[in-house]
Amino acid sequence: MSKRKKSPARTKDKAFKIVAFCLTIFALSILAVLLIDIFSRGMSRINWSFFTNLPSRHAERSGILTALAGMLSLLFFTIIIALPIGIAAGVYLQEYSVKNRFAKFVEINIANLAGVPSVIYGILGLQLFVRLAGFGNSLIAGALTLALLILPIIIVATREAIRAVPNSLREASYGMGATKWQTTKRVVLPSALGGILTGIILSISRAVGETAPLLVIGALVYVPFIPEGPRDQFTTLPIQVFNWVSRPQPGFVLNAAAGIIVLLLITFLLNGIAIYIRNKWYKRIKY
Amino acid sequence: MRTKEKMIEWVMMACSFITVLTTIGIILVLAIDTVKFFQEVSIVEFFTDTQWTPLFADKHFGILPLLSGTLLTTTIAILFAVPLGLTIAIYLNEYATSKFTSMVKPILEILAAIPTVVYGFFALQFVTPFLQTFIPDLRGFNALSPGLVMGVMIIPYITSFSEDALRAVPGSLREASYGMGATKFQTAFKVMIPAASSGIIISVILAISRALGETMIVAIAAGQEPNLTFNPKESVETITTYIVQVSMGDVPQDSLEYRTIFAAGMTLFLFTFILNNISFWMRRRFQNKYE
Repeated sequence: MSKRKKSPARTKDKAFKIVAFCLTIFALSILAVLLIDIFSRGMSRINWSFFTNLPSRHAERSGILTALAGMLSLLFFTIIIALPIGIAAGVYLQEYSVKNRFAKFVEINIANLAGVPSVIYGILGLQLFVRLAGFGNSLIAGALTLALLILPIIIVATREAIRAVPNSLREASYGMGATKWQTTKRVVLPSALGGILTGIILSISRAVGETAPLLVIGALVYVPFIPEGPRDQFTTLPIQVFNWVSRPQPGFVLNAAAGIIVLLLITFLLNGIAIYIRNKWYKRIKY
Repeated sequence: MRTKEKMIEWVMMACSFITVLTTIGIILVLAIDTVKFFQEVSIVEFFTDTQWTPLFADKHFGILPLLSGTLLTTTIAILFAVPLGLTIAIYLNEYATSKFTSMVKPILEILAAIPTVVYGFFALQFVTPFLQTFIPDLRGFNALSPGLVMGVMIIPYITSFSEDALRAVPGSLREASYGMGATKFQTAFKVMIPAASSGIIISVILAISRALGETMIVAIAAGQEPNLTFNPKESVETITTYIVQVSMGDVPQDSLEYRTIFAAGMTLFLFTFILNNISFWMRRRFQNKYE
């Protein structure tokens, strides 16, 4: 009797196990298909001149020099703006602020900002930096926009890293007569550095792939020059890819695939570094 | 010494206040031009007109086609990602060895790290032609393939958050279920999922919010035709795509056409803002249930 009753449940269990395993493999294979598809299309286009050529009307002569240069300059400015502000805000919220209504409000607000679609940040940047501040469609307007976009990520990562620093360290520092800031600067921040760094790299990797907000603030899709200063116009690699994807000629599809390979390698490299730092730091620091 | 300490504290506080200013900035920027927009276009027309043609000679300002495009692609993404992501989460949590889980989870998370312009390319150049071999009348630009690809993108959100929620369920519940002679399947669906339901719902809400705001996949692969349709084979335009499309054109500033992106942006912002707040509220409310 009991054996008969059990049996269908066991079959169901077995069946689900097999189906679920297949679905897991299916999800993984989508990633594989995506990578294989893009690499098999674009690899032939990757050569030295692809990196050193300016964009061109002719697909086979087009390169990503200006897109790469624009992207690197943009990231440079984004980081020097977002980093100090993000870390300072994270330190303040975790180490200093008393748990009052205001702190709670700021916390909810940051969680909300992290969920605001990036295209909305584009609208904000367009009105605030491009028009009101008069920066035009410049690198600096793009960098400020992206900085606001990645700020929540840096703040959350900083707070989490600081939270992991054990209180005994702080108390030891206070016991030696150190002030709050001295303790923060010399004890808490160095111990939290690994986590903060991981968050920063992940936020850079996020900024690398952003396209929509930059299109909204008016980043150009065709830039035949390398930006020389923060007030110059610019383009980035994802925008260059977007431009190529939207063209019907097959030559540009190849270019887009090749540009995507470069973009993916940069993204994976950054994520890899972040994972490496996280693992290394967790192994090294044992309290 | 004291004053220096105080000053540092004030500077850091000011930095954290920038996040509040950002939110205020977003709301003000959207609201000011949205109000100006509604001074020229009636709010009734905005929500009832079935055409969205602000850039044509014959102007119509009905947000419904953009909304239907947005909801259609989002629905496809969610219908694809939730069952798949949840099944994977259950498999990783209940069935798979911890070694397999620790290998699969980071690989799945790569899906969330891929720039969306890459997904757009994949949807347009690979998924659409692939689907057309089964669905011959599928248009070159359609809602189905970007919707599915968007689903792929949000799988890791659902899997990761749901897996965390399942993991947070105390082991004693699972053991009690096994003790009653239940199978893993019964334990997963009758004990673990109900127990982790709030976390799972939060993951779904976040995924919906992410899909609503996604831009590049739909901008590349869905076409840019505002169609009031729920047919996934048709091409559609989403709110986000429209914003990008107008920004890239030569629409004069301070014109009515220009203000449409603020009205559209406000609509999108309100949707995601409400969803994010629901998920935040749920997290607050249910997080400590088992602690």
